Amino acid sequence: MRALLTSKWTKAAVFLLCLVPLDALIWRALHNGLGANPVEFIQLTTGRWTLRFLIITLCITPFRKLLNLPDLIRFRRMFGLFAFFYVCLHFLTYLGPDQSFDLAAMWKDVAKRPFITVGFLGFLLLVPLAMTSTAGWIRRLGGKRWQMLHRAIYFAAVAGVIHYYWKVKSDVRMPLFYGALVAVLLLWRLWGWLSRRRSVVAAKLSSEGARAGAAR
Amino acid sequence: MLIRKAPDLTYADVTPKSVYLDRRKFLRAMGIVGATAVTAKGLFDLALPPQVAFAATKFTSLVNSPFSTSEKQNSYDDVTHYNNFYEFGTDKGDPAKNAKNFNTSNWIVSVEGEVAKPRKFTMDEILKLAPLEERIYRHRCVEAWSIVVPWIGFSFNSLIRLVEPTPKAQFVAFQSYYDPRQMPLGRWAGIEFPYVEGLRLDEAMNPLTLLCVGMYGESLPNQDGAPVRMVIPWKYGFKSIKSLVKIKFQQKMPPTTWNLSVPNWYGFYSNVNPNVNHPRWSQAKERRLGEIFKRPTLMFNGYDDQVASMYNGMDLKKNY
Ligand code: HEM
Repeated sequence: MRALLTSKWTKAAVFLLCLVPLDALIWRALHNGLGANPVEFIQLTTGRWTLRFLIITLCITPFRKLLNLPDLIRFRRMFGLFAFFYVCLHFLTYLGPDQSFDLAAMWKDVAKRPFITVGFLGFLLLVPLAMTSTAGWIRRLGGKRWQMLHRAIYFAAVAGVIHYYWKVKSDVRMPLFYGALVAVLLLWRLWGWLSRRRSVVAAKLSSEGARAGAAR
Repeated sequence: MLIRKAPDLTYADVTPKSVYLDRRKFLRAMGIVGATAVTAKGLFDLALPPQVAFAATKFTSLVNSPFSTSEKQNSYDDVTHYNNFYEFGTDKGDPAKNAKNFNTSNWIVSVEGEVAKPRKFTMDEILKLAPLEERIYRHRCVEAWSIVVPWIGFSFNSLIRLVEPTPKAQFVAFQSYYDPRQMPLGRWAGIEFPYVEGLRLDEAMNPLTLLCVGMYGESLPNQDGAPVRMVIPWKYGFKSIKSLVKIKFQQKMPPTTWNLSVPNWYGFYSNVNPNVNHPRWSQAKERRLGEIFKRPTLMFNGYDDQVASMYNGMDLKKNY
């Protein structure tokens, strides 16, 4: 398993796999398969894949720990960057065909329609993460600060779910499904954080207790 | 302009022969050729329904309408594979798949309420009610896309005159067919069924308001609201109720499905209006299917000459 996970061939294969949604779109475009509203088809597909890649990225840490596969870390940056790649395409379908590349109109729309506002917020949160995804930036920021910054993905994922939930008209099953996945992944982290904190507090208390006992 | 006398159509004329013959064979095989029509109908419903969906049938000698636009029509393929018909699923491609076997034979439209002559219409009777016209209308969905469709039908007011509304009738309420057995995805749609809609009586009387039985020279495909629907071209698409089974004239403003679902988003009037925004979709522009960039949306979907006067003195921002 280790050998498989650390092989550069595996990484190349996963990279190509992450491009399949894009390939499928191109194939459809060339074969008249995008349906009656091609722009919408591309917009919805790239939106969905953005959310899926965010969720896959959030899965890495729990899977590493629960499955005892620390080498999974090798894929995290790639998945995160693919989320960013697909949200860029998603955003371009909005900026181009929807808003005719009119930035003034776009800002007005972003401010006016809550579901766009939230989506845009998710996108903004991902920009610095993509920019600081290199080893150089981890060094420059320092591991702790880099990690703090990259927790923004939690909020981007939540924003993505709210965006999706507000987007559908009445059938909320899919947004709720993705929302549940994000909730589980974030609650797992919260639970870990709480239990770590509790053990730190417990350790502190017991050491204080010991000191008090010694003073008596 | 092509104006020919409408022939005396019966639904037999528009039912494809193959469908007829199959039924006949079936009946003969069952040995009940001599049974009464009522029994036969019961048997059809029991034994056959999913298989006898009407195949599209051609209408000949249609009257051209002065209300038609000369804009480029959308393809039949677009209009039959990009549908909002939530009883058959909420994805645009769902109705084409899931309405395939929708059984629309023996259709009855019941007209009731504040009318001197309430009655039930069969499809035969509806088709003979007035000469069938082709009307090429713009159709604007609240989701900011639009299409141009050659509908077939006649002004709804032909039917209104026949049933003679009483002075109390101020609104018309419409109801769609709903059968959870034939429409199992309806329970996931997130809106209440049967789908209901409504118009003010003057809106219903407006000659643009179409009682529609076909499109592209043929009977309506199931996913587009077979066998009979309304088409109200100056209002958002969801006002144009599909698969119509009940029409009720009444004094009170009737409830409407999307308004019941999200009142502050979908009003009773829902006239196409580029100046009144919807929280989800900016209504200033629309994407004509087949085009990439959006075009400006027109007030009343470009039908202001025919309809604007009905709303004189009304605040259309409040009455959205
Ligand atoms: C974290 C970032 C984002 C995620 C995860 C995301 C995800 C999604 C998803 C899942 C959908 C619905 C797909 C479906 O119905 O199948 C969607 C639709 C959409 N998103 Fe995003 N999105 C994001 C950012 C943005 C941004 C920045 C914009 C534009 C400013 C945007 C504009 C839209 C639009 C216009 C739609 C389609 C609405 C419609 O057709 O009714 N999204 N997005």
